Amino acid sequence: MAATIDSASSPQASTQYLLEVVNARKTFPGVVALDNVQLRIRPGTVHALMGENGAGKSTLMKIIAGVYIPDEGEVRLHGKPLQLNGPLDALEAGIAMIHQELNLMPFMTIAENIWIRREPLNGLGFVDHAALASKTQALFDRLGIDLDPEMEVRQLTIAGRQMVEIAKAVSYESDLLIMDEPTSALTDREVEHLFRIINDLRAQGKGIIYITHKMDEVFEVADDISVFRDGQFIREAPASELDANEIIRLMVGREVTQMFPKETVPIGDVVLSVKQLGLEGVFEDVSFDVHAGEILGIAGLVGSGRTNVAETLFGVTPATSGTIAIDGEETVIRSPHQAMLRGLALLTEDRKETGLFLSLSVLENMEIAVLRDGYTHGSFVSQHQLDQQCEHMKQVLHVKTPDLEELIGNLSGGNQQKVLIGRWLMTKPRILILDEPTRGIDVGAKAEIHRLISKLAGEGVAVIMISSELPEVLGMSDRIMVMHQGRVTGFLDRSDANQISVMQLASAPSAASA
Amino acid sequence: MAIATNNDTQQMAATKPRKKKLPTEVSILAVLIGIALLFEIVGWIVRGDSFLMNPQRLLIMILQMSIIGIIAIGVTQVIITGGIDLSSGSVLALTAMVTASLAQSSDYVRAVYPALTDLPWIIPLAVGLLVGALAGVINGSLIAFAMIPPFIATLGMMVSARGLARAYTDGQPVSMLTQEFTWIGSGANPVIIFLGVAVIFHIALKYTRYGKYTYAIGANPQAARVSGINVRRHLVMVYAIAGLLAGLAGVVASARAGTGQAGMGLMYELDAIAAAVIGGTSLAGGVGRVTGTVIGALILGVMLSGFTFLGVDAYYQDIVKGAIIVAAVIVDQYRQRKRKLT
Repeated sequence: MAATIDSASSPQASTQYLLEVVNARKTFPGVVALDNVQLRIRPGTVHALMGENGAGKSTLMKIIAGVYIPDEGEVRLHGKPLQLNGPLDALEAGIAMIHQELNLMPFMTIAENIWIRREPLNGLGFVDHAALASKTQALFDRLGIDLDPEMEVRQLTIAGRQMVEIAKAVSYESDLLIMDEPTSALTDREVEHLFRIINDLRAQGKGIIYITHKMDEVFEVADDISVFRDGQFIREAPASELDANEIIRLMVGREVTQMFPKETVPIGDVVLSVKQLGLEGVFEDVSFDVHAGEILGIAGLVGSGRTNVAETLFGVTPATSGTIAIDGEETVIRSPHQAMLRGLALLTEDRKETGLFLSLSVLENMEIAVLRDGYTHGSFVSQHQLDQQCEHMKQVLHVKTPDLEELIGNLSGGNQQKVLIGRWLMTKPRILILDEPTRGIDVGAKAEIHRLISKLAGEGVAVIMISSELPEVLGMSDRIMVMHQGRVTGFLDRSDANQISVMQLASAPSAASA
Repeated sequence: MAIATNNDTQQMAATKPRKKKLPTEVSILAVLIGIALLFEIVGWIVRGDSFLMNPQRLLIMILQMSIIGIIAIGVTQVIITGGIDLSSGSVLALTAMVTASLAQSSDYVRAVYPALTDLPWIIPLAVGLLVGALAGVINGSLIAFAMIPPFIATLGMMVSARGLARAYTDGQPVSMLTQEFTWIGSGANPVIIFLGVAVIFHIALKYTRYGKYTYAIGANPQAARVSGINVRRHLVMVYAIAGLLAGLAGVVASARAGTGQAGMGLMYELDAIAAAVIGGTSLAGGVGRVTGTVIGALILGVMLSGFTFLGVDAYYQDIVKGAIIVAAVIVDQYRQRKRKLT
């Protein structure tokens, strides 16, 4: 991998860095998560880590924070090698991490959460609650956070919890703070607030590692940028020397235009027709048609009801109003099984939560949806037939696994996703709903899945594709339905759709006409 | 993309030998053999006698374990779904009472149902199975539909079924059963029944839709639901089968003892859970096999028999048993952690 480092190979100068990671390698069964990766953080700077999901950023951060021990390589703090055997070691050494998933105890107060393990004690050895509250208040004053230290964490909004996490990390007075997508749950005003805190910390000479997918944030806060791809270090450069397109090119490793191999295929008859579909309190008045061979994209912000529409169509949460017609015939779908009988398939949004059977094999994961029909004699399954069909799917989808008996947990995210797609293709669906089909998987697998979707549409499958990635929706869809707060705000044809027109509909409450 | 089966890949799949990894059963079997050999060696040293070269002792050991083994096979399936069944010992007692009351011979004056004596053996057997299955259906319905945690639902059943067993005859034992009925529990019949049940459910878990769904639900109930499985209905079925097997154990136990007593099967549920867990069934769900449970039950049996052979006090036996159960769960946790790290 061609890695360019501007001032390469000068080990003597290493103390100019607050933190250095040298030649780190980390493997998990079947996957090389990191290979020969480096990272150098200067004190008093914000260093953005860029890379697609699966690029290895989170693994690298977990190494720095002592969660993982690298197979090879070294972490140096202030030029000295660091031996971390757990997250506590990292904290002691002066490295604090704000985790993407929040790690607060909901039934304890804010103050208790922040100072856990370090509670001020009174003369009798009991926790001194007054001191606890005043210390927290002092911390909040310094950071400009307006929350009551005595409040229980469960009463806080997600954004509030995020601020508490940040305050907790700052309270360790660490030299290095790692922020993994800290703004994902914050409003614009809260983001501004966070940036003020970051600027303060930077002025105090602290180093901040900032992981984000939001390009505008990078250029607003970052001094340096390191780009990673597929577990490899790609490039380090000052933020001023890069622009968004260049970063994307580095992250993706190829021109973005090659990524969506959508073929133009003849559009057939209407297969699925949805009228005034609603789920009480979640979404309402959703109407659309999908034709054979068509890819209908659904765009919208998180919480717009996109996933709920998919789940309702598939009977996971049956509709409370409206009608669904398949091939012009009205039908009722009250369970996933009924949906499957009517030719629907749903690849769910959250692979781990609602897709994978992690303790089971690739085979057992793939075959589960077809055990009702075709592959059974009475109650018995025709294992031989299933083996063959799964093997076939494995090859068609290029699933990389030693064999079908392998535990699915040992596969990479991309391969897991292919197995789940295989699960649904085995049901020979006529209407395929894909909710975030390429979330969290590497670029190569992404392109393969896009090609596959395109090909399926070419075979006459009606595809509904939900995605948070606008380029994906724009690149793959024949038509885009945009949702906002549980309502459809408009439809865009492939030719009229661009980032701006979609975003306008996704954020504008006033319905635009199609 | 060709979704239809393709001949080339079919042949490839057929000719490619599948790499077999060592199943967990092998290591559990090694533990069983190790423990048996340990007793053999210690036996020669302490008592100058062989532990294993005594068919009588081995038969008694297997007989003792058969009843717990039958329960354990049901409990294994429940644990695979991610649940637990604490009620099996009490359900055994309840079915033993009901079954015995329908299997009494007419030359006994204190029959529970004087008009219903000398019934053909099939009737007490069928009613026993039914009572067990019914208890299981109640467990399953509470869990699947009333959304009560399995621990609590089956704890309730454990207490209630035991009370019902006592109330049934005011705590009196039910004796003088027909020879036709006691034949079920005579000789090596309990062992044959145990092994028969083991074979049936080994096949069911491995080769039927029922088995595959059971694993899927334990591994990830939400994903199972989205894959078109009727999770609730299936859970009721699994608990019903566990209840049915507890019922069968009750029938065998009363036939073997020639009596029904409300105190039967006390703490058997814990031995059954222990057998499953020692046999590699994961309390987290999604993992477990009947073969492992059978070996787990044999480990418990060898321990019991071995300590008795060495003349070790029953109190100490329990101490060791407890330690082995905890050790088995530690191994399970370790395996899970390995899985999660990936």
